[in-house]
Amino acid sequence: MRIDTEQGDDALPVVRFEGVSMRYGRGPETLRDISFSLEPGSFHFLTGASGAGKSSLLKLIYLAHRASRGRVELFGRDVSLTHASDLPFLRRRIGVVFQEFRLLEHLSVFDNAALPLRILGRKPATYREDVAELLTWVGLGERMHALPATLSGGEKQRLAIARAVVDRPDVLLADEPTGNVDPAMSLRLLRLFVELNRLGTTVLIATHDEDLVARAARPTLHLEHGRLVDLGGRP
Amino acid sequence: MSEFFQVSRWKPGPLLPPRDARDGALVFVVAVLCFLACLTAFAALAANRAAHGWTAQLSGSATVVVRARSNETPDSAAARAAETLAGVRGVIEAQALPREKAEALLAPWIGAEALVDDLPTPRLVTLDLDPKAPPTAGILDRALRAAGVDATVDDHSRWIADIERAANIARFAALGVFALIAAATAAVIAFATRAGLAARRDVIEVLHFSGAEARFIASLFQNRFATMGALAGLLGGAAAAIIGALARYFAGGVGVAPVLPLAWIDLLAALPAPVLAALIAGVSARLAASRIVREMP
Ligand SMILES: Nc1ncnc2c1ncn2[C@@H]1O[C@H](COP(=O)(O)OP(=O)(O)O)[C@@H](O)[C@H]1O
Ligand SMILES: [Mg+2]
Repeated sequence: MRIDTEQGDDALPVVRFEGVSMRYGRGPETLRDISFSLEPGSFHFLTGASGAGKSSLLKLIYLAHRASRGRVELFGRDVSLTHASDLPFLRRRIGVVFQEFRLLEHLSVFDNAALPLRILGRKPATYREDVAELLTWVGLGERMHALPATLSGGEKQRLAIARAVVDRPDVLLADEPTGNVDPAMSLRLLRLFVELNRLGTTVLIATHDEDLVARAARPTLHLEHGRLVDLGGRP
Repeated sequence: MSEFFQVSRWKPGPLLPPRDARDGALVFVVAVLCFLACLTAFAALAANRAAHGWTAQLSGSATVVVRARSNETPDSAAARAAETLAGVRGVIEAQALPREKAEALLAPWIGAEALVDDLPTPRLVTLDLDPKAPPTAGILDRALRAAGVDATVDDHSRWIADIERAANIARFAALGVFALIAAATAAVIAFATRAGLAARRDVIEVLHFSGAEARFIASLFQNRFATMGALAGLLGGAAAAIIGALARYFAGGVGVAPVLPLAWIDLLAALPAPVLAALIAGVSARLAASRIVREMP
């Protein structure tokens, strides 16, 4: 007999949407009747024109917004049935690279990267070296003391990614991660995501960068006017 | 400054951005509130002390008005009353006032013209009583009646009751003002927390979406504002203590006419100001912050 343990929910989709719609306030529906699921360890792109609803869909996953209809499941749990006090623990399993980075401007690169670990309540001595190693890995080894305002667009992007993955989340969401960087940097970032995915992280990248999608050759969820039109058919 | 970053030396930076100009204004407002609260406490203590002083003086003495019977002179009646009362337990000294003194005391009430020689002027006997166990008016009355003296005892109990009523009113008023100031402090802090949260919404959202629990974020604001409250309480309390010390030095004490019966020890009332201000600030910041975080998706 199988009991429902950590082992058990490995087999469940990490993210599952069933007939999901969402709207901002009393406005029109931004997303309509969305259904899909992300299996553990998968790597998807989320594409669509600007305004199609990519960022909105990610918000539903990282619990910044609630669905107006339908069912959103994370790690097998219906989020609308999850008690508010449990939501932080779901959020900790999801790393987000925000479109606008959302770095804390008054904190150093190192402090920004270490933020999720501080939220976990861990002692600095237990993670200092790991954070330094990660920052070196994303190419910020020389900038650990710098303030975000002094970083280039690409450096900010890599810092945002480092912060999103520092506590080894089960899912990584990235919103237009190559929006502010040149093609060479965008390839480097892609390699970073592929490497994280290889280590077991489920990855979903929202982008309108057709080159990137074509190069990566990964399944794609395509949004058009708030509807999902391509259910991840493999190229 | 060295460009070299030493990982092993790293200490987490403050999650909330360093203080800005708004904090200074807030410290000022809360310090003023603490200052007023301390002055209220001083005033209450001074009123209390004054009431105690007056009631002690009044209950430590009594006045007896003696009326002479037809068969004796007012002087001998007064002397007899004094003699009788001196024997009562709890009476330290009984003194019959001579006629001129009694008249001087009565003049303002009945007018000097009315004090004609042949009209029998009532005589006064003043008593010093043991303030720890003063005899009641009834006991004194009975002793006088047993000795056949026609007299009225005034043990000042009506005045004492009046003073105590006034002192109670002063105490309640002080408590009311104190509660009002505490509530105003809490409201100001809650307002400032909300403003602080609005200004730091970006930071709060990053923490929130990174999985910070509501109480983690609330604690940040609680600590920030409790520290601010402690500082404001220190400033306000110290300012009040200085004003109180000046008042005590120039106008207080046991001089001829103490304007303000404030004792040096009363100044200790300013001591809890930083702790109380920190407590009020911390709790109201925590409540305001938790409410805002709980309203987030
Ligand atoms: N906070 C918001 N309030 C109201 N409308 C919004 C908000 N965010 C996005 N929208 C609207 O929702 C639609 C989808 O936006 P978004 O999800 O940002 O698209 P994308 O990321 O694909 O460019 C757009 O029409 C946009 O104007
Ligand atoms: Mg977007």
